Amino acid sequence: MTKYLAKIGLEMHCEMSETNSKVFSSSRNSYESTPNCNISAVDMAFPGILPVVNKEAVKKALMISMILKCSQPEFFYFERKNYYYPDLPKGFQITQETKPIPAGIYGEVEFECGDEIKKVRVNNFHLEEDAASLDHFYSTSNIDYNRAGVPLMELVTEPDFHSASEAVAFLEHMRSVYQYAGVSEADTKKGQIRCDVNVSLMDASLDESDPNNWGTKVEIKNVNSFGGVRDSINYEIERQTELLENGGVIEQETRRWDEESQSTIHMRSKADAIDYKYFVEPNIPKYKISKEWLEEIRNSIPELAMDRKKKYIDKFGLSSYDAGVLVKEKAISDYYEECVELGIDAKVASNWVTVNIVGELNKEDKSISEFYITPSMLKQITDALATGILSSKQAKEVFFKAIENNKEPKNFISKENAQISDKDELTRIICEIMDNSSTQIEQYKAGKTNLFDYFVGQVMKNTRGKANPVMTKEIITDELNKR
Amino acid sequence: MKYMDKSIEELHEMLVKGDVTSDELVKESLERSHEIQDKCNAFVTILDDAKGCEVTDNLLSGIPYGVKDNYSTKGILSTGSSNTLKDYVPFFDATAIVNLNKAGAIKVNKTAMDEFGMGGTGTTGHTGVQLNPWDRTRICAGSSSGSAAAVAAGVYPYALGSDTGDSIRKPAAYCGIVGYKPTYGMISRYGLFPFASSLDHCGVLTRSVRDAAIVVNTMKGIDPNDMTSWDSSKMDLLGSCTGDVKGMKLCYVKEICDIENYPNASHELKEHLENFKKTIELARNIGMEVDEVSVDRKLLNAVFSVYRVIHSAEATSNMSNLTGIIFGPRGEGDNYIDMIKDHRTKGFSPLIKRRFVIGSYVLQKENQERYFKNAQRARRMIVDTWKNLYKKYDAVLCPVGVGPAKKFTELDLKQDINTMSLDEHLQVGNFGGFPSITIPNGFVSNLPVGINITGNCYEDEKVLNIAYALESAMDYKGQVVKEVK
Repeated sequence: MTKYLAKIGLEMHCEMSETNSKVFSSSRNSYESTPNCNISAVDMAFPGILPVVNKEAVKKALMISMILKCSQPEFFYFERKNYYYPDLPKGFQITQETKPIPAGIYGEVEFECGDEIKKVRVNNFHLEEDAASLDHFYSTSNIDYNRAGVPLMELVTEPDFHSASEAVAFLEHMRSVYQYAGVSEADTKKGQIRCDVNVSLMDASLDESDPNNWGTKVEIKNVNSFGGVRDSINYEIERQTELLENGGVIEQETRRWDEESQSTIHMRSKADAIDYKYFVEPNIPKYKISKEWLEEIRNSIPELAMDRKKKYIDKFGLSSYDAGVLVKEKAISDYYEECVELGIDAKVASNWVTVNIVGELNKEDKSISEFYITPSMLKQITDALATGILSSKQAKEVFFKAIENNKEPKNFISKENAQISDKDELTRIICEIMDNSSTQIEQYKAGKTNLFDYFVGQVMKNTRGKANPVMTKEIITDELNKR
Repeated sequence: MKYMDKSIEELHEMLVKGDVTSDELVKESLERSHEIQDKCNAFVTILDDAKGCEVTDNLLSGIPYGVKDNYSTKGILSTGSSNTLKDYVPFFDATAIVNLNKAGAIKVNKTAMDEFGMGGTGTTGHTGVQLNPWDRTRICAGSSSGSAAAVAAGVYPYALGSDTGDSIRKPAAYCGIVGYKPTYGMISRYGLFPFASSLDHCGVLTRSVRDAAIVVNTMKGIDPNDMTSWDSSKMDLLGSCTGDVKGMKLCYVKEICDIENYPNASHELKEHLENFKKTIELARNIGMEVDEVSVDRKLLNAVFSVYRVIHSAEATSNMSNLTGIIFGPRGEGDNYIDMIKDHRTKGFSPLIKRRFVIGSYVLQKENQERYFKNAQRARRMIVDTWKNLYKKYDAVLCPVGVGPAKKFTELDLKQDINTMSLDEHLQVGNFGGFPSITIPNGFVSNLPVGINITGNCYEDEKVLNIAYALESAMDYKGQVVKEVK
């Protein structure tokens, strides 16, 4: 494998789910399982309809463009991409090509891949409309127009990735960016992310910076999961390597990823490339993007995952691993931030979230928004723990009881079952036990030190587990030394 | 009594006074519709169950009118005169129709047209050809052929049209009436079946300039559904018709209007241009200055090609929604490609198919720079030339067409390359989105001819006032075909 260097580029499409309406119509922009309920004359291209640009979608696209360190255009244009397909009601898609300048051009993204920070150049980033979705059956196909006109962002990278892991790490990074920026849920299960991948192989001994040394590019269309991206890249690298090893020539072509056979399949060659006959959409006058508006957008960019992670490590003193777990999903990080804001110690909150809560969510396959215990409920537990009312064992019990019964934790925290942290009381109990255990004390003094646990056990038995364990151990040590 | 020969203001006064009821007007208009349908084939649909309505302060309330069949009308068949939409009943009204509904205007028919507005002869619609009520052996011109014939024949005082090249202003001239398309975006295009979006305009055909002002006053307005529309609420088109034009400066283009340009001119062309000269004299007599100006002939000769390239390109894209999948008759075939092919093969007239081929050709990657982009550049140069004229002049005057309406038998004759710029110059009004109005200015061979006044964008008030002043100085205001033979 070292003989060849793979150059991989991505076209990442992500639906913008966080606008009220679609990108060129007033239909609701919302994922629905009922087909054809968020539709209008515009989405279905009835004669006489006209597109009206959703300013919020433009704003969000410009925000992403800034995050990608792209340059933003002076004027916003749209173009028509003309082709016939049953999922495309108008017979053209309103999109942006690279000329005139789209929402963003020539940027750079830093992302984590394992323990390394990698960089990828962004060729362009644009805003367009999604097509309807098709369901194919044996002899018929169903068309669902809910998706037609949903704002869609397309990010085109330069072929800067060298492995499937890098490409997937980048996709994960971008998913997090879209979520943190409040632009999209970026949920692959809802089909919100779709990718085209291009792969070429070059002689690893040659200079990568010279495009003349690059190999012929093969494009793989419609890869709809991160796993698919990984598998299709690996498959393609293997296929092309084998071809080259056997003296074959790579043809420029478009292939598609077939989930079932886990392979790429030829779709069309370069000669059959579709001419989309782009031209500027005449129904949308070019729109001047003011410097003030751009500044306003720039100032509204929220804290992104990498910023939060840095904060958690530097300010809250968390481990890099825990910080990583917390920021992986924005909703979880938001939950964690709320806990800290409510006054729960940052490290304590981190332990609860990364261990108990994430564990519980994974076990139940739930999202944090469906989780019963809110940050303020969690605080009931951590407060009781801090003041010694609960032992950590009890705290966990309260946590699970609350989930099980859908009742606030405070219902399970009471004076009655509170931890005994009164030193006098504990001393009285411990003395009483010791007075009745002269044999054990003798044996202990004679060197059988593991009998220490016997005394702890007796105290716990006596208090039905409510004795403060730390204090108990201290007092037992003191008393044993005295006798 | 023929009410439908009267102007909107006359009818309104009679309605208010109670001399006539809205129901009576509708009844007469429907009777005339059937008569003109028999004689001129002017309509796709006659709305026999149309009823009168309450008369309000609005000048249009209770008065019948016609709608070109490329306006989307809720619950009423809207075909664009195409087989691809032969049974299409929309579920929404075009914005212009909504505005007219609010005013209490009453639709009585949908007028036939050249298929989707393409073609200038009134011969390509799916319900057959429209005959000129002045002489039924002649064309009305198009594409607003049915609207022009109906207004000229006194079916009602006005009918809606649309204008991408000259589709309101040429049939108006050939039918001896007024045809006005305001500045691009003054009337929302939402609900107008698109032909070439950057050139398409809504507008109206009437028998007087004041009527045109009244109707467009009602149709216009900024529309959240059309991003190219703009706020014209401060513009009072009717109020602008004062007739005071003293000191206004007009010009006409020598390379278009001078008979010397046409050594082989027909008798009719000579008469037409003579008549144009008379109107110029008239303009001077009522206090306007009129200069002859010169425009590069190369630029003028490019107008037709520029128009053809741009409209074909936009049309082929705009009409890609006509697949027979969501609406329109479903085509036959084993897969979607064959179904779409079948629908479009059966649905479109040869003229449209030809333009789709041209449109696709000029947009192709390898041709786009040479044809489409160059056409856009030339369009810009032509518009700039006209804008330059408007720095000095209030409007440009031009004769419409090369004479009166052609006979159907003459249509197959090859277009005379020498008179092309005379025949096609109205398209400049669409290139620039200029306000442009045609009014009748006399007769040639006993058939009406017209003159066109085109001004700068947003100067509709000025253009209408000039037209109103000229109209008032001539005898053709409100003319109706006396008897359709």
